Amino acid sequence: MKGRWQRLAADRAAIAGAIVLLGLGLASIAVPLFEDALGVSGVETDLLGRFEPSGGLHFLGQDEAGRDVLARLLRGGRVSLAIGVLGALGCTIIGTAIGTVAAYMGGIIDAVLMRATDFVMSLPSLPLLIILAALDLTKIGFSIDAARSPAVAFWRIVTIVVLLGWTGIARLSRATTLAVLQRDYVVAAEAQGAGLWRILRVHVVPNAVAPVIVAATLAMGRIVLAEAALSFLGVGIQPPSTSWGSMLNNAQDLLVTAPLLAVWPGALILATVVAINFLGDGLRAAFDPRSETG
Amino acid sequence: MHFLLTRLGAATLVIALKSFIIFALIGLMPGDPVDLLMTANPDATPEDVVKLRSIYGVDQPIMARYFSWLLAALQGDLGFSRIQHRPVLDVVVPALGNTLMLTGTAFFISTAIALTLGTVAALCPGRWQDKAINLLAYCGISLPGFWLGLLLIYVFAVKLGLLPAGGMPRAGEAHPAWAYIVLPLATLVTVEIGGLTRYTRAAVLEVIGQDYVRTAHAKGLSTWRVVIRHVLRNAMIPVVTIIALDFGHLLSGVTLIETMFGWRGMGRLIYESIMGNDYNLALVCLLTTTAMILLGSILADIAYAWLDPRIGLGDRR
Repeated sequence: MKGRWQRLAADRAAIAGAIVLLGLGLASIAVPLFEDALGVSGVETDLLGRFEPSGGLHFLGQDEAGRDVLARLLRGGRVSLAIGVLGALGCTIIGTAIGTVAAYMGGIIDAVLMRATDFVMSLPSLPLLIILAALDLTKIGFSIDAARSPAVAFWRIVTIVVLLGWTGIARLSRATTLAVLQRDYVVAAEAQGAGLWRILRVHVVPNAVAPVIVAATLAMGRIVLAEAALSFLGVGIQPPSTSWGSMLNNAQDLLVTAPLLAVWPGALILATVVAINFLGDGLRAAFDPRSETG
Repeated sequence: MHFLLTRLGAATLVIALKSFIIFALIGLMPGDPVDLLMTANPDATPEDVVKLRSIYGVDQPIMARYFSWLLAALQGDLGFSRIQHRPVLDVVVPALGNTLMLTGTAFFISTAIALTLGTVAALCPGRWQDKAINLLAYCGISLPGFWLGLLLIYVFAVKLGLLPAGGMPRAGEAHPAWAYIVLPLATLVTVEIGGLTRYTRAAVLEVIGQDYVRTAHAKGLSTWRVVIRHVLRNAMIPVVTIIALDFGHLLSGVTLIETMFGWRGMGRLIYESIMGNDYNLALVCLLTTTAMILLGSILADIAYAWLDPRIGLGDRR
């Protein structure tokens, strides 16, 4: 019987996904080094180099303001990937908390939490994301400066994808927690007088965590797509910040003059999400061999 | 019948709750009706503003405003659309028709393709057909629909000039009426088939391992007969549920596709009304979409009971 990590290491698609993700992540983090080394910039405009095709040190050419396309893609990747990671993390924390508490408490608390989960699940997600992304933050107490700052725009997207995205993980962790709670070792711990938090921390969470890791990975894929959709519609990341979605929004108007500007960001989104899904399915197959169906 | 009434009752309650949440959220959107009037009329004095605010009721607390909206809505008065200058109902009904035409067609095409691909993949697990279909399904799930739309617009409208880049069919245009639906339809179908294909494959694989399928093979039925009579019939039970739930998902996802292709449906209307501060319209659009999603889940339950008589309505889960 091979261990879960050996099973994962034998899954070529999952490994390829992990490598692609890691590569994109590292390249995005290292973009300032890369810009310095080549003497290009994804931020500074260069009006003499507008729409230059690829060549020289501009591997993918220059965009409508003369910025280096590759450097800008990596800068966009920073934002897109960060939102994906933070959003998935937030969904996991809230989803696990709600699912575990519901399963453990049972009764009316369980019923209320699960009806709330069903409720959020049945909301039309994209239209609601658009509303939440367009809300006037000054009406809920932010100052005008704060409401317009890029940092707030970034965290606003993270917050709203978490607000609508935790439901799947909550259901899943409730189901796995319920299964774990039936086990003898939990009954034994209870009989020995262990407290609620001890049981949750020592027994339930570690044993219910594998399916949640899988779900969190797949949630990251959905969040990257959601961020791209919002920024593409112009309610997500705003200039001067950039993400893959906002680059596509920009490229939409330039489709006739510079179609390649529309190709790269989408190709990176596709590569990222495919990599995430490969990795997620690989994790699922490795961590829980019984569930291997698709 | 009792089941249906309970479900409809619960759905009504959920819609009422949602209408309040959406109402409150829309109240937090930038600007209010009076601000908008003010920008149109530079001569208005601060006293006018106060007066207007009380006429429009925007100085009232949120609960009071919500109940006066609800009261009017129950009497059939859904208000007036600000950007379209028409009663909300007159705007929503044709848009709903357009959306149902687009999503309905996409729904049938993608279901047909996904069921075929999923079954083929499950019948030869591990062979090249399975691998190719699996890869295709992965790409479908991971593809940003709006990006695919952009590429299609570039290739078929900008480069080849075969199809219109967007908009609705109108008389006297260079393209025939059907041409307008092709690109949004292709985009929607491609995005939708991935998940359903994977789901069908899993469901068929599950059924193929059952004893009754082996028995059917053993008594000499042809492969296709086994697949159609025994495998698909049983595999469809979970799949139909997903299909019905998916219809709601489709209605929500169509927002992007309709917006970028200029298809005058609910999705585009939702986007435009939110962006244009058209409260009455946005509220009714969102509630209509929500109601459709709920309807999908009720239909899923009914289909479930119909396909599998062992499962009674009402006492599921």
